[in-house]
Amino acid sequence: MLVFVARRIALAVVVVAGVTVVTFVVAHVVPGDPAATWAGPHAPAAAIARARAFLGLNRPFAVQLVSYLGGIAAGNWGVSIHTHRPVLSDLMTAAPASLELVISALVLAIVAGIPLGLLSARRQGRPVDHVVRAGSILGISMPIFWMALILQLVFSQRLKWLPAAGEYSPGLLFSHPLAKRTGFPVIDSVLGGNMPMLGSTLTHLILPAIVVAAYPAGLIARMVRAQVLDVIGDTHVLNARALGFGERQIFGRFAMKLAWTPVTAAIALVFGYSLVNTFLVESIFDWPGLGSYAAASIATLDTPAILGVTLFVAVAYVVANLVVDVVQAAIDPRIRLR
Amino acid sequence: MIESPAVRPPRTGVARGRELRASLGANPLLTVGGALVLLIVLVAIFAPLIAPFPGDAGTATNPFAVLKAPSAAHWFGTDQVGRDIASRVLFGARVSPVIAIIVLVIACLIGVPLGLAAGFLGGWVDEVIMRVTDVFLAFPPLLLALALADVLPASLTSVTIAIAAVWWPWYVRLIRGQAASVAGRPYVEACRALGISRGRIIFRHVLPNSVTPVLVQVSLDVGGVILTASALSFLGLGAQDPVPDWGLMVAQGEGYFTPDWWLVTFPGLAILLTAFAFNLLGDGLRDRLDPRRSFLP
Repeated sequence: MLVFVARRIALAVVVVAGVTVVTFVVAHVVPGDPAATWAGPHAPAAAIARARAFLGLNRPFAVQLVSYLGGIAAGNWGVSIHTHRPVLSDLMTAAPASLELVISALVLAIVAGIPLGLLSARRQGRPVDHVVRAGSILGISMPIFWMALILQLVFSQRLKWLPAAGEYSPGLLFSHPLAKRTGFPVIDSVLGGNMPMLGSTLTHLILPAIVVAAYPAGLIARMVRAQVLDVIGDTHVLNARALGFGERQIFGRFAMKLAWTPVTAAIALVFGYSLVNTFLVESIFDWPGLGSYAAASIATLDTPAILGVTLFVAVAYVVANLVVDVVQAAIDPRIRLR
Repeated sequence: MIESPAVRPPRTGVARGRELRASLGANPLLTVGGALVLLIVLVAIFAPLIAPFPGDAGTATNPFAVLKAPSAAHWFGTDQVGRDIASRVLFGARVSPVIAIIVLVIACLIGVPLGLAAGFLGGWVDEVIMRVTDVFLAFPPLLLALALADVLPASLTSVTIAIAAVWWPWYVRLIRGQAASVAGRPYVEACRALGISRGRIIFRHVLPNSVTPVLVQVSLDVGGVILTASALSFLGLGAQDPVPDWGLMVAQGEGYFTPDWWLVTFPGLAILLTAFAFNLLGDGLRDRLDPRRSFLP
């Protein structure tokens, strides 16, 4: 097991290094001449040459790459053009809000997706199955930026059931101030025993979490159905049938047990997807996370910030995959032997 | 005449027709998806004939018909410069679905040869190609496309390049697995033993036997590419006015969303319907042609 974990960590480090090289190439090779951009429009050749020396662009490519990698490793991710602060500290400030949103969405997606997938598998070929399959495909086909706008229109503008934007009602801060401990508003209000604030944070979370959950819920329902149908003819399931277990036990317990491995792999995958999907949703819901930061960076053409977010999310994605691999190996000994 | 042709079981026309009908009944989703895709293709081809105001797909402005609610004259209402939204939505079928096709053709042109080389040749070629592929696969597709689209000038060409640049690794992985499994089969061994050249083995045997999963994956990916392209246009990194791109139309309508809900609603519905249609089709095709493939997107 230890050897397995060590090998997976080594592989993840290699992938992260590769990911950093790709962002470097995107940043420094694709867009024409950064020195000319730095010097401004119509700059004389001497000014561009000075900018090139200042930015270190006259050094050999390999030297530039190594110094960039060194900077990233040392925590120097550049300075954002629109916030004028170090990109890494901006990202650290924004990350908790996004993680709170993505984790809530994934919990929602798992809670909805697994029972629906099981139901669909049990009623294979029946109308219920067709409805669940069509619904799950609808979930993965959803342009979520559009869904966000529509839900906002219906549930907050027209019906006035739910708040339209933000993490909590700012007015509450006067009567029930929120002590920052973890940076996650929901957890902070629980820790502080701040019940009105907890209610506010949860109602603000509902709409964005549903929107971000659309894709993972569809994907998980599909996967559970497919995996369960794949193993339903296996010997251990037949054994369970012969022993007289009911259909509910056979699907929910024996078939689902084998389906867990691919389903957890899919959850790691959709964690990365969902983190990127927040780029499309957070600015609509005025949610102060990585997505709003990315959208603002895109709007101001703030390349250091955009590449910082890219790298940050890619690293988070690699780490999520690593965690899932290790958890899977702990649950399922067959994986360790591969 | 030693080589066996690509496997094609003999079938009579009658039996195939009956089989087709039976399978359509068994999988209504495939039928619905196929019909919707056909409808979208027809709309794309005949947009200039169907659209009530073809000129509105371009630079036309109608200052006296700005932000009109849906009516008999304008089924989907009009936008902030008075263009007929129904016409623009119909012409939109010529934008992102076409981008999706171009992206997937490029992805296959890069991914299939690399995957064949990795799977068939093995050894260090395989090692190098797959490690590079792994790095690209470490990015969620929209993320790297976003970074690329950011440094390229905002246009549909940039969107196409950015998405194609992140999509090919999936095809390398898919084809590599297929090619590696075919390369180990006895009939390929037999070809080698007979001294048939590598190129001929790859093109006559390995490639034809790896094509089905690629076709299934392409049909499944059209929806994903359309969603990605719309998202980039929504963020302002893709299509620019007056291109009737659905994602851009949603972004432009956002500012007028309350009370003028129709600006956002109909272009978004078009994205949803198109992605849904291709995903239904791809899902159904996979069930028919390739039931044992993994179910990751």
